[in-house]
Amino acid sequence: MEFIFIAKVLLVLAILAISLLVATYTTYAERKVAAFLQDRVGPDRAGPMGIFQPFMDAAKMFMKEEIFPKDSNKFLFILGPALAMLTACMTSAVIPWSKDITLMGHRIPLQVANINIGVLYVFGVVSLGVYGIMIGGWSSNNKYSLLGAIRASSQMISYELAMGLSLIAILIMSGSLDLKDIVEKQHGFWTGSYFSWNFFRAPLSFLIFIICAFAECNRAPFDLAECESELIGGYHTEYSSMKLGLYLFAEYVNMFISSALISALFFGGYNFPFMDSIGNENAVAIIGLCVFFAKTFFFMFVYLWVRWTLPRFRYDQLMRLGWQYLLPLAIFNILVVGAIIMWRMM
Amino acid sequence: MQLTNRAKPVEKKAMNFSERIYLPAIMKGMSITFRHMFKKEPTIRYPEQKRDFSPVYRGVHILKRDENGAERCTACGLCALSCPAEAITMTAAERQPGEENLYREEKYASKYEINMLRCIFCGLCEEACPKEAIFLSNSIAMSNYGRKDFIYGKDRLVEPVSPPAEHVNNFEEVRREKWLSDTGREK
Repeated sequence: MEFIFIAKVLLVLAILAISLLVATYTTYAERKVAAFLQDRVGPDRAGPMGIFQPFMDAAKMFMKEEIFPKDSNKFLFILGPALAMLTACMTSAVIPWSKDITLMGHRIPLQVANINIGVLYVFGVVSLGVYGIMIGGWSSNNKYSLLGAIRASSQMISYELAMGLSLIAILIMSGSLDLKDIVEKQHGFWTGSYFSWNFFRAPLSFLIFIICAFAECNRAPFDLAECESELIGGYHTEYSSMKLGLYLFAEYVNMFISSALISALFFGGYNFPFMDSIGNENAVAIIGLCVFFAKTFFFMFVYLWVRWTLPRFRYDQLMRLGWQYLLPLAIFNILVVGAIIMWRMM
Repeated sequence: MQLTNRAKPVEKKAMNFSERIYLPAIMKGMSITFRHMFKKEPTIRYPEQKRDFSPVYRGVHILKRDENGAERCTACGLCALSCPAEAITMTAAERQPGEENLYREEKYASKYEINMLRCIFCGLCEEACPKEAIFLSNSIAMSNYGRKDFIYGKDRLVEPVSPPAEHVNNFEEVRREKWLSDTGREK
């Protein structure tokens, strides 16, 4: 009992540390990938290849002067970034990082909370993320911040619908809201006569989901909330010092978690081809963990790659895409997947 | 009126389905940016690497000495006269006995100042000089904190007494040869 408890606490700390570290290095990766895609060098001064750049940036953020706008609501002004960061970190609780590991006769699940409504939990927490942005934008008492916050929250609310509906196809196929179950259903790579990963079973779901995930994370091409070239900075215009850092950082944590979610839901999570031919269960779990991280990092690269390729949507285009195309498409997708499942059951 | 035959009429036809869903175009764009990942960047990492200037580059002025190390400038004032930006001022002085090793001729510039903020680096002073005393070198004017510091006096303009070999006499020639060999061209 105590062993399991300690293992859980360690797991929570490890996941928190890893997601923060990964987010830190994503800022570096973002700048490097941007540079490589544009035939540049990128940061290369702090340490070899500039690998200490994120720490320098963090140090800079901490040392900056902290400014409170004169008429801002101080409590909400601090609450905003705290909430953004909190919700970003909370999502990782239900992600199944790998199979259970057996250590000294105890089975340790590599998932913090194996709740049977994992997907719903994720959606609930993600929609809480809007509050961080909305509170921050509103409490800074600045029209640009408010406009940015309104943009961001209406965008997130719109795309959450299509995102949720796109997942229903997956839920029909796996018959469970439990993320662990969904991943287990995609066991291996090939079952019976077809690929087992959800990506191959419901490609349309994946397409809608990834588009919505981009919009949910406020990433390009849907980064209207903080488009540097149009608004002064969006909802975090008035923020400075580490409070600004937390907002920016929460975005990267969100990116990491949503990449993990995409690989868990559509690309088989910790499953990999020929996993049954490895006898040792612990070995499978550890390779699975690496595979899962590899998939996650790939999708984070896709995030960066898309950002430095596509131009930004206009606001009406964004809303039209969300409501007029993605939402009907998601409903159509549910019908098609449902029909196929019905036909196979008959 | 048409000046050339290269004008093309703008075609604005309705997009077909694959163009309207944008996905093929997005894939194409992403493949283009991905290919750039592996291209060699043309960056010159400045403080460590420096790009060579062309032999005709006009940088900060240098006041030359002759082969014995005496200043060539005789303070004739032609450079100041030719300067379109009026950046050059000087005061002439007479050479005293015993200073023959310092100044080449009987008259010399006791004060010679170029205001680097006024200077437009046109090189007319170099052209006007009858004594081959002033040249525009291939170094860039340094940045300073105050405007005062941009007025370069003799202390910064006159070349050092024992200059590096390539600076001695055939300044232009050496620079040109170096450029040719650096850029891999035939002499």
